[in-house]
Amino acid sequence: MSQRTNPDPAAAGEVTGAAAGIDSPVKLAALLEEHDYLADEGLATAAFLALRMGRPLFLEGEAGVGKTELAKTLAAILDAPLIRLQCYEGLDAAQALYDWDFARQLLHLKAAEAAGVTDVRALEGEIYDRRFLVARPLLRALETWPCVLLVDEIDRADDEFEAFLLEVLSDFTISVPELGTIRAQTPPVVVLTSNRTREVHEALKRRCLYHWIEHPSFEREVAILLRRLPACTEELAAEVAGAAGRLREADLVKPPGVAETLDWAEALLTLGAVRLDPGLAAVTLGALLKYREDQEAVRRGGLLGDGLATRAGGGSGRA
Amino acid sequence: MPEPRREAREGREAAGDDRAALVRAMTGFARTLRAAGVAADHQRTQGFLAALRELGACEPRDVYWAGRLTLCSCPDDLDRYDRCFAAYFGGERPAARRAPPAVTVTRFVLRPDEGAGERDEGGEASAAATASEIEVLRHRDVARMTAAERQEVARLLGMLRSARERRRSRRRAPSHHGALDGRRTVREAVRRGGEPARLRFRDRTEKPRRVVMLVDVSGSMAPYADTLLRFAHALVRAEPRATEVFTVGTRLTRVTAELRHRDPAVAMDAVSAAIPDWSGGTRLGEELKELLRLSDPRGAIVVIASDGWERGDASLLGRQMERLSRLAHRVIWVNPHKGDPAYRPLTAGMRAALPYVTEFVAGHSLAAYEELALRLAGDAARNVVVHRGRPDA
Repeated sequence: MSQRTNPDPAAAGEVTGAAAGIDSPVKLAALLEEHDYLADEGLATAAFLALRMGRPLFLEGEAGVGKTELAKTLAAILDAPLIRLQCYEGLDAAQALYDWDFARQLLHLKAAEAAGVTDVRALEGEIYDRRFLVARPLLRALETWPCVLLVDEIDRADDEFEAFLLEVLSDFTISVPELGTIRAQTPPVVVLTSNRTREVHEALKRRCLYHWIEHPSFEREVAILLRRLPACTEELAAEVAGAAGRLREADLVKPPGVAETLDWAEALLTLGAVRLDPGLAAVTLGALLKYREDQEAVRRGGLLGDGLATRAGGGSGRA
Repeated sequence: MPEPRREAREGREAAGDDRAALVRAMTGFARTLRAAGVAADHQRTQGFLAALRELGACEPRDVYWAGRLTLCSCPDDLDRYDRCFAAYFGGERPAARRAPPAVTVTRFVLRPDEGAGERDEGGEASAAATASEIEVLRHRDVARMTAAERQEVARLLGMLRSARERRRSRRRAPSHHGALDGRRTVREAVRRGGEPARLRFRDRTEKPRRVVMLVDVSGSMAPYADTLLRFAHALVRAEPRATEVFTVGTRLTRVTAELRHRDPAVAMDAVSAAIPDWSGGTRLGEELKELLRLSDPRGAIVVIASDGWERGDASLLGRQMERLSRLAHRVIWVNPHKGDPAYRPLTAGMRAALPYVTEFVAGHSLAAYEELALRLAGDAARNVVVHRGRPDA
């Protein structure tokens, strides 16, 4: 059945071509940069190897360092759809792999009954057909090509789910008992992310390339701000990145990630800021820090007061 | 084949030799990593070699990233990897072979004589204790035991089969009530020739409630650490998927994987090798903060086994406990000193933590651990096996 495999070899060749054009991590980093994603050497090498070796990329790191964003950008580079599976507790095969369209199956049965078909075997053959199968993200990823599959926050799913995922990611097949095995001709590009609230099973990790994403260096964060927010001045970017860097070293419940830094800078720009002044910083703090305790700690500790005015311009010496 | 081909062949062979040498050097590197505790197994080593092929050139940075991406699997590995990389390649050509770096392993040793106030007459006897001896042993403070008595307690803890409190999960399973189960209803209808006469249902299932246990392994807790870790081992053995164990001292170490070995002796060896900060100080506040970052205590029972002897900032500990109490289902604090009727929680750390503790219990004797096991079992308590001596024995 045509839907079960990647149908068009010509189309396949085309995109292999697109990925084949990426012949080094440096080249990939340049492509990522064209799409406004600034990756360091390690991340670029990780993504490059994931594309070339056809292995899933397992990304860990603090929340907001750009794990999910990388998958989106890779999809944009490959001009492929992004298929996202957000994990949560209780996620099961019917929500992640496939499900049968029961309502249509029952309708079909009624119709068959009305037509006088009573042969159980024939009925089964009709009912368990691909057209009654609803593809969920993992099955859709095997049937869509090219595509980037993002399995987000795998640590939130329970470990039974990892068993399903293991089968899918090791052979790129899904077995439907009533139908047979569905196989991807060419494996999709797979990105898994985890916030490390739970140790993911060793067998799953073994099939992946593992990369830990750090918070960006001061210079990189300034570059990211300037690239993503064209209206942002260099002074403001340096001050915002400097403040974010210092807050990451302070004792906070949730230190800001790049995502928060971007939100904050955007909030400041919306209010017409050219430089970071303590008054503006105080009213926009909610974009950067999402915990009341953190906001209070920052206000109490004067982390956004005089310290900011005197040190932020110099980048506070972060490497 | 005519002569002119010979040179080419030799060239090819030389290249083959180079490649073989490279493969040897790289598998040697993987071996070094394994010795340092990184799970760089055969499959990962194959991945490493494949990654090197993809990256083409053998620049040190390519080797570095190819190895790091394929051979490591958690943040703890990264430090070890960097050390091994520096030691093995030393910034020189990848082929240069060096001796594997020394691995420091802290062995967990029982200190038999420490605090042994009273000695049993059969101190050396290794025979299992009788029921009445067990009864006496059950209430004895672990810190004041002889080596043989501790061994017996360890043996009994090894037999502790603890049950776990249940909670409703989001997963559904076939049931007599609940939501309509389309899949089984259709199957049933097909069997009856198309008439959906019998509806099938699925309902929420139950799961064991997660336990996150923190064992303080600092100097002041040394007499209890072994027993506590054995208790933790019993928890992991009973519910390997719903238990996380960390040790705290000057740093936080996740030891769940080590405790998954079924054999208590093997598990304890693995744990002691994994703990880098044995018998140091405690920075509970800092560690707790790290724990909140590393592990999700939402809905879990958090067990903290410590005497609350905080070397760091007690107010930080208080703040982290407040946060923990808002996330966790319950927080149980196990303090070995609480077994002493004269004990008052006076240390700054203990005072800062107590307002946020749901249950404050003793943890000095076998009886206290059994009691703790019952607390963790909740409604499932009837399945707990406790060791009691018969009074007539």
